[in-house]
Amino acid sequence: MLTFKNLKQVNRFEWEIPKSLRADMRVPVRIFATRQLLEAIMGDKSLEQAMNAATLPGLVGQVVVMPDMHQGYGFPIGGVAATRLPDGVISPGAIGYDINCGVRLLGTQIEYQEIEPYLPELASALDRNCPSGVGRKGHLNLTDAELEQVCREGSQWALKKGYASQADLRRTEESGRLEGGQPERISKQAKGRGRSQVGTLGAGNHFIEVDLVDQVFDQEAAQAMGLQEGHVTVMIHCGSRGFGHQVCTDYVKEFQGAVQRYGIHLPDRELVCAPLDSPEGQAYLGAMRGAGNYAFANRQVLAHYARQAFEEVLAGKVRNWQLHQVYDIAHNMGKVETHQVEGQPVRVCVHRKGATRAFGPGFAGLPDEYRAIGQPVLVPGSMGTASWVLVGTQGSMERSFGSTCHGAGRTMSRSQAKKTVRGEQLREELQAQGIQVRTGSLAGLAEEAPQAYKDVDAVVETVTGAGIARKVARLRPLAVIKG
Amino acid sequence: MSTPHTQAGFREVAHTADWEIEVWAPDLCTLIEQAARGMYVLTGTRLASGPRLQRALLLPADDRESLLVGFLTELLYLSEVDGIGFDRFELRLDEESLSASLKGAHIESMQKEIKAVTYHGLSIRETEAGLEANLVFDV
Repeated sequence: MLTFKNLKQVNRFEWEIPKSLRADMRVPVRIFATRQLLEAIMGDKSLEQAMNAATLPGLVGQVVVMPDMHQGYGFPIGGVAATRLPDGVISPGAIGYDINCGVRLLGTQIEYQEIEPYLPELASALDRNCPSGVGRKGHLNLTDAELEQVCREGSQWALKKGYASQADLRRTEESGRLEGGQPERISKQAKGRGRSQVGTLGAGNHFIEVDLVDQVFDQEAAQAMGLQEGHVTVMIHCGSRGFGHQVCTDYVKEFQGAVQRYGIHLPDRELVCAPLDSPEGQAYLGAMRGAGNYAFANRQVLAHYARQAFEEVLAGKVRNWQLHQVYDIAHNMGKVETHQVEGQPVRVCVHRKGATRAFGPGFAGLPDEYRAIGQPVLVPGSMGTASWVLVGTQGSMERSFGSTCHGAGRTMSRSQAKKTVRGEQLREELQAQGIQVRTGSLAGLAEEAPQAYKDVDAVVETVTGAGIARKVARLRPLAVIKG
Repeated sequence: MSTPHTQAGFREVAHTADWEIEVWAPDLCTLIEQAARGMYVLTGTRLASGPRLQRALLLPADDRESLLVGFLTELLYLSEVDGIGFDRFELRLDEESLSASLKGAHIESMQKEIKAVTYHGLSIRETEAGLEANLVFDV
């Protein structure tokens, strides 16, 4: 068990676990956290998992962990690790089962007073239009050929099918399409699970939320994004569903043999990996990108249904009820990028698991209107609490491989949350605060209670204090739709 | 959930974000069966009272941990794609494979979703009474 004695404090917001602490660590671990958040982090096995992650072959710089980090499986949630091309490794467990789990934010010109009378009806319409919950299938049932197109084209498939606009794609990371998605690297089982799940939210911590822009911190950035204080937004949090879960499952199994073939020794079998330039590594990259594209298409189709719900309820009653895309960004992904390592540009595969890409101003992959402000970062808080819109900075490029936090981060186990909180009571409390709740499972609601999470505002104060993100706007919830 | 002094069983262990169970049994086949039962309890799976269904599975005999993960992954697949779950397990293990004859029914309701069965910290340990393991599910 680590204690503060094992850590070197760098400044108020940064700590280091030195490489020397364990013989098998190849690089140090850099922790972005205040002392108070770090105390919460030390309550579980997160830091041990970060040290395990630091044993992956081919790592450069340091393993970076965010203030919202918590214990996961293999690699901690909130972790970032960069491995050198061509022969550093790629580890499916360091990206996660929910490949391209991410967040989409849609903005509106609707003011609170306009929407307030319609909120209950709107929450129900969103719940009806956007399938959520355990085992719920979507409105679509794709053929093999369509599923292959989704893997290759992502949101561009959605555009062809009428579920997206060009403006949506421009404001999606990678324009909603990762180059190199290879459906032929994806199993029949994954395709079986994915066929009927495009346009579904799923369960767990995934949600659709109607929010209000509570406070703007950076007027120029907010204006570029079409966000205005007092206006309504919609946030969608979900990923690649059973399709991505099965892709990761298949490759974690496959790589159990790969580590033996390549003589790689690891402290945890969930961290299994293969060299990026190996046939196994290349196969996973193609499959992961296919699942990433599936997730972009999934959130795009959900956005289409959210627009349908807004039209159903608000058209003819509220002026300018339309939803425009602010941004869509992943927080579980492996990306090949160039970063400065010891003053030199190095091609690396950046594993982000529960961490958001946060490239600084000037990044060529951003739409023109965002190039001067940096990459938008969408940080959902726990249910009933604030969410944040941030942007990437030069600091994130220099110190965290262009990455920052992804949410509030759990502190309480699901079993403890269920013992502490009753779903029905929580729903009543949220409704008393003026938050509409639609859920398929009250037990699931209890597990996601705000008490089970860290304070998202403290997480955001840490990443902005450390300079690896900048505040743009704070959102507060008006309606939550959960599976 | 079982109590730790029974011959075979499972219990939930606290995990910050995911689900973890501890499973124990006198032999590997029973351990795998107990883990399957534990998984169904965690997800709140209820089977319909309608017609009984039967499925057979054959898994290559990799190492013990891979067999455990592989078997549960198959059950997750069958529950998500075909909507069926099982309450009767006949498992047989030889040097080459694990064969399973499963009896169950369509799933009437399920409270929670498991994304995947992980290898995290997974090691099947020998005990005086048989075998035990801790299993983490991504949820």
